[in-house]
Amino acid sequence: MKKTYKIEVDCANCANKMEQAAKDTAGVADATVNFMALKMSVEFEEGADVKYVMDEVLKNCKKVEDDCEIFF
Amino acid sequence: MNKKQKKVLIRIIIAAVLIGILLVLPLEEGSIIRFLLFLVPYFVIGYDILKKAFKGIRNKQVFDENFLMAVATIGAMALGEYTEGVAVMLFYQIGELFQSYAVGKSRKNISALMDIRPDFANIMQDGKIVQVDPDEVEIGSVIIVQPGEKIPIDGVVIDGSASLDTAALTGESVPRMAKIGDEVISGCINMSGVLKISTTKEFGESTASKILDLVENASSKKSRSENFISKFARYYTPIVCYAALGLALLPPFVRLVLGIDPLWSQWIYRALTFLVISCPCALVISIPLTFFAGIGGASREGILVKGSNYLDQLSNTRIVVMDKTGTLTEGVFEVTKIVPSGISEEKLLEKAALVEAFSNHPISRSLKEAYGRPINTSKVTNVNEISGAGIEANIGDIKVAAGNAKLMDSLGISVNTIQEPGTEIHVAVDGQYKGYILISDRLKPSSKEAISAMKKAGVKKTVMLTGDTKHVADIVAADLQLDEVYSQLLPADKVTKVEELLAQKDEKSKLVFVGDGINDAPVLSRADIGVAMGALGSDAAIEAADVVLMDDDPKKIAKAIGISKKCMRIVYENIYFAIGIKVACLLLGAVGIANMWFAIFADVGVMVIAVLNAIRALNVKNVNI
Repeated sequence: MKKTYKIEVDCANCANKMEQAAKDTAGVADATVNFMALKMSVEFEEGADVKYVMDEVLKNCKKVEDDCEIFF
Repeated sequence: MNKKQKKVLIRIIIAAVLIGILLVLPLEEGSIIRFLLFLVPYFVIGYDILKKAFKGIRNKQVFDENFLMAVATIGAMALGEYTEGVAVMLFYQIGELFQSYAVGKSRKNISALMDIRPDFANIMQDGKIVQVDPDEVEIGSVIIVQPGEKIPIDGVVIDGSASLDTAALTGESVPRMAKIGDEVISGCINMSGVLKISTTKEFGESTASKILDLVENASSKKSRSENFISKFARYYTPIVCYAALGLALLPPFVRLVLGIDPLWSQWIYRALTFLVISCPCALVISIPLTFFAGIGGASREGILVKGSNYLDQLSNTRIVVMDKTGTLTEGVFEVTKIVPSGISEEKLLEKAALVEAFSNHPISRSLKEAYGRPINTSKVTNVNEISGAGIEANIGDIKVAAGNAKLMDSLGISVNTIQEPGTEIHVAVDGQYKGYILISDRLKPSSKEAISAMKKAGVKKTVMLTGDTKHVADIVAADLQLDEVYSQLLPADKVTKVEELLAQKDEKSKLVFVGDGINDAPVLSRADIGVAMGALGSDAAIEAADVVLMDDDPKKIAKAIGISKKCMRIVYENIYFAIGIKVACLLLGAVGIANMWFAIFADVGVMVIAVLNAIRALNVKNVNI
């Protein structure tokens, strides 16, 4: 399953870091962050609890870039 | 400027003024008063960076640019270089502000380009026009579009006529006329009369929504250069940081061992200079920005690119494979000649039209059109469509076959080759030859120009594939000066041909297939880059292709290649320029020629220039083809 979320982040490198952080989150099969469109698309692993995984993704993203937001 | 940016701007101004005042005040060098006074602008401009740096350490994010800036500036202050410490922070903030402003501005520019999102739909309720959310309009509802408004949902005109501005969708400035019975697509602007439209799709499935969706999600497929840059950024910062550490410690130790003055503060200062240059921002921002601008600029020209990877690959196009019908030719067939044998012209046409009554093939349509009378299909039975050959059917109790020479062959009838351009439809009734009908298709007026433009854009080989006869195909190919032509292909043969061509070329050069997107889906996906043409209103084409040309002008193929070349040129300029300057400054910094001021230029100046250069990709109007 693939979902796209709106995000807020100020710098392009931070967006790259968020992408990496999201990719490394358990339950996420793949993730891309589009800094220009301010969007994150996340492909979830089979049977993953989307809400729970996204909470973790946000937590991990906050670790690499404090000043970011994911709207889900 | 948004609120956040304004706040930063005010802080920048205050800090700059404060530094100015401090520089003219007669303060004693090295005094504690001077240090404390300089702390004021330092905190004004840098408090958020320091805070973020602190949080970064807590989260074990050591190579975070806030942390690097904090270390560099605190280090400079500790060495007594107050002005430089504050200035680094100040210019870093100026750079960040500029970057966020430029990015925000181009985001806005590009969404303005694609301003096709309809905000409302008018429906009739109790005799009055009411504005509603287009999402709420069901299929089959009647909507009213007034002059100056955008058509919100795809549908069919049931009342009124108007000229429509399709520029936002196709880049085409000549308006289209819409009258009763015409299909209209969302995103067009009604320029004249009032239209009543019966909707045929939901809002989310309408052309405007689909296109917006496509453009907005375009850059989720990243190009090689973008991946290179994010990888580069991941290694660059740590490498520079370790180099800085090495620079701070190794030379002084060596000097210590050699028994000369270690010059600690000099080497630490040089190391701090390194840290200022360690932020990869200029690169990381300018590359995706270039692609974003390039994709935005292309969509203004009616060229939708589905991902920056395709924009990247397009620049290496060496082979363009094109379908004939609908791509190079109008795809509108007309009956140009009827040659009966032992039957009247009209009867021959009638037989052909009846056999083809159920087919939607352009040839069938032109036969029906030429026949011009309503067709009684009730007598037509046992219709058997033979792909690449023709159709057989029973009309009443006679058996009629209409198709090419291959079909006649299978019936044991040999026919003469016809020496005129066009597609011949031979007709046999109960196994007896009854003559043929010639149908031809016109070349698009811009096809010839399109082919020479492709050559100029670096295409080495132009190839045409067609299901048509060799005879017709060769005439068209000679006329257009195509390099290769393959005719009499079944849809499956086209895939095989494209695979053959793919196998012949080298890894780096790319093969583009251009088709009208209706029967080409397998070929579109097999080619390196599939381009669907004339896709306005065709969902299937928009789904299957990597690049979508909204109108059906073949010149747009060369234009797309031109845009991608411009875009890639800017990308490489930025990569070489930014990395070049940074490496040069690192070297100069290491030997002590470049000081911290130099480093600030390397960081902020390069970023500003790279961003300005990136924005150039948006301007594609004059890309020469």
